[in-house]
Amino acid sequence: MSNLDQVKPGMPWLPTRKERSQKALSFLLSVLASVVLLFTTGLNGKLGWVIAFFISYVSISFITEYRRAGIPAAQDSLLTSISRFAIFLAIIPIVSILATVISKGWRGLHWGLFTQDMSQATVNDSIETGGMLAAILGTFIMVGLALIFTLPISILTALYLTEIKGKFAGLIRFLVQAMSGVPSIVAGLFILSSIVYPITQSFSGLMGALALSILMIPTVARTAEEVLLLIPNDLREAGLALGATQWRTVAMVVVPAVKSGLVTAIILGVARIIGETAPLILVTGGGDATNFNPVSGPMGSIPFYVWKAFLLGGSEESSYRTWAGILVLLVWVLILFMAARLISSRTRKR
Amino acid sequence: MSTHGEVPQENSQPKPGDKMKTTTTPHSLADLASARVVKAPGTQPIGSGLEARGVHAWFGKKHALKDVTLDFAAGTVTALIGPSGCGKSTFLRTLNRMHEFIPTAALAGEVLLGGKDIYAAGTDVTKIRLRIGMVFQKPNPFPSMTIGQNVLSGIKLAQLKVSNTKELMEECLVRAGLWEEVKDRLGEHASALSGGQQQRLCIARSLAVRPEVLLMDEPCSALDPGSTFRIEQTISELSRTMTIVIVTHNMQQAARVSDYSAFMLSDGGPGELVEVAPTNELFSRPRDKRTEDYVTGRFG
Repeated sequence: MSNLDQVKPGMPWLPTRKERSQKALSFLLSVLASVVLLFTTGLNGKLGWVIAFFISYVSISFITEYRRAGIPAAQDSLLTSISRFAIFLAIIPIVSILATVISKGWRGLHWGLFTQDMSQATVNDSIETGGMLAAILGTFIMVGLALIFTLPISILTALYLTEIKGKFAGLIRFLVQAMSGVPSIVAGLFILSSIVYPITQSFSGLMGALALSILMIPTVARTAEEVLLLIPNDLREAGLALGATQWRTVAMVVVPAVKSGLVTAIILGVARIIGETAPLILVTGGGDATNFNPVSGPMGSIPFYVWKAFLLGGSEESSYRTWAGILVLLVWVLILFMAARLISSRTRKR
Repeated sequence: MSTHGEVPQENSQPKPGDKMKTTTTPHSLADLASARVVKAPGTQPIGSGLEARGVHAWFGKKHALKDVTLDFAAGTVTALIGPSGCGKSTFLRTLNRMHEFIPTAALAGEVLLGGKDIYAAGTDVTKIRLRIGMVFQKPNPFPSMTIGQNVLSGIKLAQLKVSNTKELMEECLVRAGLWEEVKDRLGEHASALSGGQQQRLCIARSLAVRPEVLLMDEPCSALDPGSTFRIEQTISELSRTMTIVIVTHNMQQAARVSDYSAFMLSDGGPGELVEVAPTNELFSRPRDKRTEDYVTGRFG
């Protein structure tokens, strides 16, 4: 007790040096074994090596764990290594997409991309002429409008499903789930045949926003419903027992408690529609000129810009253009997802 | 109020030493209960009595509660005791119309507050719940609000007009026995409090709308002995000005805090009221054999 000052904080549960070197050894051993496998069997190429490494790593760690602590530990290590491998497989396409888009897209990036539109340039012109202004602006206007349409409808739908639990809740839940599987081109065709042809008879940004809303409502409503279901019933009862009406309880207790979850739901909904191409090709008219007015005249969008540069191009310049458009879109989606994660993690900590 | 309220209350308030004694000597339940002086019904000047008349409750087809008739005189503390599943909580929730929030719930009978049936057609249910407050088993402060906002949440939720909210906040926290602990941290979130403090915050919250009756559903079941002791003190304080109904599994708690005790039981069917009596009588000379078996620990 006298040497109380000498007590240092430690982490005795961490692996010892010996255990760590054993782990490294088995890793090296499996690299070696995979190379041997590569030369002795029919496996070849990068993919062949990955498979060979997987087989040898799993079996070597299985054997070492079995010798150390028997069958249960070996089963544990088997599951651990398989799930590690699954993560690895899942990350490959993501990293590969990001790497391809960045490496090909950065050559098309220049300041003019954000200040000029394509009204004076064709897709095969030099990358220095023309830009994405009309496309970026159009995407913002249409996503913004879709947000305005979607927000009240989807949040109120979620509240109906979780708070009011009305007679039609089951049917509506089913319809919302079914709606989230609607192919985006069907949403576009629906607006085209129900509004554009019979009523407005012209393409516009508003029509695009309506088509996007159809896709966004189920995403936001379902996510909002899920976060609302996480609220313990105690909290609702506490509000009601204080003499509040149901509306006051929902507005002052339930919704504030899930604020961050609702923000996440909205951001996920925006991320869902920001890259939608098919409905916009059908109903917006795909303008190249900058257009601030969503109710008249064709309106461009980032996905449309990419699609057009890819479809009409053929030159190296149009290829740069396409990849730069994809890069800009991808950056926006990444920003949105990061914002969603930031908001939800910040409130969870509190 | 003061002359009547204080004499019996002061005598009957449990001291920490008493608590030790009751936990070590199992036969002191009756002694403990008889240490309280029973208040004659109707002598308390503040608060309305509550009367249950032939209350039945169902969940779907399941008959959960059968024909409970029970009076809660103004200014008294009544403990509802009985084994799990005997319908105590269900009965409590019928008293301020929280029962109806359970889908498929059904009800028969009357609950009279100040002589008027709270289930009568045309009754404003939110006004009923303002007059009959409730404290739940699990502390449930509103997570998005601060401590101070939680206390005043009932005022905001029910859109009541209060001129001096600061005084009200302090008064409620003092009455709930929490003021000294939180007076310097009213702006913190309620989740920063311990479980016992959260429960007292919930009591303070229900006091702010000035209910006449307070229903407590096992308010101490999730708490440590120290917090339980504080809440029992709070109950004794509150019973001077309001009618309290408390569901408890802890018979010593019932003996310590209540004027009347009601024993409920279910023999596999719906829960029924077996016996109601002044607490010292119920624990010292129960009339019903089943009550005697329960309070002496022979079953349950």
